[in-house]
Amino acid sequence: MDKDNLITERHNDSGAITLTGAEMVIRALKDQGVTHIFGYPGGAVLPIYDALFAAEGITHVLVRHEQGATHAAEGYARSTGKPGVVLVTSGPGATNAVTGIADALMDSIPLVVITGQVPTHLIGTDAFQECDTVGITRPCTKQNWLVKDVNDLSRTLHEAFQIATTGRPGPVVVDIPKDIQFKKGAYVTPASVKHRTYRPKTDPDLSSIVKAVEMMAEAKRPIFYTGGGIINAGPEAAKALRELAALTGFPVTSTLMGLGAFPASSPQWLGMLGMHGTWEANNAMHDCDLMICLGARFDDRVTGRIDAFSPGSKKIHLDIDASQINKTVRVDLGIVGDAAKGIKEMVHFWKTQKKKADQAALKDWWAQIDQWRAKKSLSFKNSSTLIKPQYAVDRLYELTKGRKTFITTEVGQHQMWAAQRFKFEEPNRWMTSGGLGTMGYGLPAAVGVQVAHPDALVIDIAGEASVQMTMQEMSTAIQYNLPIKIFILNNQYMGMVRQWQEILHGGRYSHSYSEALPDFVKMAEAFGCLGLRAETPAELDGKIMEMIDSKLPVLFDCRVDQAENCYPMIPSGAAHNEMLLGPDDGGEVSEAGKMLV
Amino acid sequence: MQTATDPVERHTITVLVDNEAGVLARVVGLFSGRGYNIESLTVAEVDPMARTSRITIVTSGTPHVIEQIEAQLSRVVPVHRVTNWTSAKGGIEREMALIKVAGTGDKRMEALRMADAFRARAVDTTHTSFVFEITGAPGKIDSFIDLMRPLGLVDVSRTGVAAISRGPEAM
Repeated sequence: MDKDNLITERHNDSGAITLTGAEMVIRALKDQGVTHIFGYPGGAVLPIYDALFAAEGITHVLVRHEQGATHAAEGYARSTGKPGVVLVTSGPGATNAVTGIADALMDSIPLVVITGQVPTHLIGTDAFQECDTVGITRPCTKQNWLVKDVNDLSRTLHEAFQIATTGRPGPVVVDIPKDIQFKKGAYVTPASVKHRTYRPKTDPDLSSIVKAVEMMAEAKRPIFYTGGGIINAGPEAAKALRELAALTGFPVTSTLMGLGAFPASSPQWLGMLGMHGTWEANNAMHDCDLMICLGARFDDRVTGRIDAFSPGSKKIHLDIDASQINKTVRVDLGIVGDAAKGIKEMVHFWKTQKKKADQAALKDWWAQIDQWRAKKSLSFKNSSTLIKPQYAVDRLYELTKGRKTFITTEVGQHQMWAAQRFKFEEPNRWMTSGGLGTMGYGLPAAVGVQVAHPDALVIDIAGEASVQMTMQEMSTAIQYNLPIKIFILNNQYMGMVRQWQEILHGGRYSHSYSEALPDFVKMAEAFGCLGLRAETPAELDGKIMEMIDSKLPVLFDCRVDQAENCYPMIPSGAAHNEMLLGPDDGGEVSEAGKMLV
Repeated sequence: MQTATDPVERHTITVLVDNEAGVLARVVGLFSGRGYNIESLTVAEVDPMARTSRITIVTSGTPHVIEQIEAQLSRVVPVHRVTNWTSAKGGIEREMALIKVAGTGDKRMEALRMADAFRARAVDTTHTSFVFEITGAPGKIDSFIDLMRPLGLVDVSRTGVAAISRGPEAM
């Protein structure tokens, strides 16, 4: 009798369930409430796929590339608040998943990625499809594990879910060698697992909340600067933010990741801030005397030139991750805690301490903000012959509002136009790759969103360059009857690259032209979905309606003005109050600015 | 937020971790990935029953960077506790070094006299060489090595710093 069997028997005596490693994976997923996983089989995960074959209650979505699985899981997670689960094989299966794992780390998306590994006796021998998965994924996961003993497997899986979904959410990887998948061992339930070290701090320090509320009552020119942390903290956080904004009357702006937490229809909404944010949001950030940062992290795309960032303001920063406080911007009051809990406490103390905003000062502040608003920084010159990309996004919004619509994007100009112009009223309706900026995110993310919300309208606002990076997932959409709509703003350029080359590199468009594009309509037909093309503003509405009404996945080739640039824009190395409003606004980029990305 | 005028300080930081596979790589990778310095690194399991290891790192950076290092270390999942001995001022730091000096005649005698003054012990002796074992704060070892250099210094092996708090309390 070998050692492993002895261990199994001992656990049997204590009443634990004995399962194979592969069965444990399925059982753990069920015990964690998982209903959908995204994956791709291969040699080193065959035992798990075999256990999945007989499993009920878990739907497996077969993608066409492992990167697609991770982005689909991200879309699923972001639109539901539940963790996204990925199952891939060793070697290339794991390395292909890395982009999505890194993306999830940057945007704090809970992912549990299960990877097969070569059997333990072959680890380190350069075996077929072997790679050092935990080594490769260590810097792009919140935590990862190589499970070498089947009796550690169920505990590790439960810890993986706990770590991915609590505190600041993020991706985790559990690497399971093939022999461990075959071996039998004791299965433990989630309730019996308590992590030895992991204790995320979610309850904010109340004396700091009281101090924050006092600072807010004294503020003359306050602003709420909100971020993806509010989405991650769940619908309760968005609700609390709305209440706090209503109580105080303060203006609200948000990062790219936080859109939808606060309704765009509110008169207190200033639009998105940052490099392509609105004139009013960025000027209000620059001139405010109190910045209340809730679940955002002073990203370089938000702050612009750091030494000129909001120079006259006091700053409060609520974040669940203590390492974000004072990371790039020194704040006056840092509060570590969950956004929902923190904002609720602010609401509570504002009420119970009978705080009142300085109404006279606030009136002047709003008058100033209204002057900035009057610039209408998102306006553009429309055309009767060419479809302007801004016009296309506006029409898409108008024709879909009132429906249960989810928007994903790729990365580039189209992403910024979507963020600027699509008006979100609810959290979890906007899925985009913010931190890593992953071209190819939007199409598979739409797959994941549609899996979670079969009856919703799921649209990927795409660019023709990005969408080709993960186009193969249209086949997944067909296989699972997922009627995702891929709305391609096709300007035949990597538009944001071209825009920067125009501004920074003397108009030398080095390799940014989309040469040899496929015919997207024929491509759609080849996949078995609907292909549509719009070339004039006059036909746009009709074609968009055709897209919405179709029960099929749709590839929509929207031919837009090739020369349009995305404004407003804070050039690299400039401050919030040095925005360019349009092509005639001049503005030189400093040598230091050219060094930045 | 950093300015060029911020002084670079040397700090000794101890991280108490769960002794699990990959934890050292995660801590060290954090330093290289975020561009922090490691001047010395000492690791060993300190409690086999509790499966904890103690990693002591001597690092350098501006006060803002040091603050970030502590915050980043604290959020690594298998980390129990992070202590900065330089900020806390309540710590004792010691390092051990083995130092080989080769030479004959006056230089050899001088090396032996210096070793005696530094309470270094000869742990290997030949007609033409000594290996000294010396323990102390890193600065003392630096001084000893400097003194040995003109006397025939051949090789140096240092353990890196171990640190512990004064008084009856644990870390």
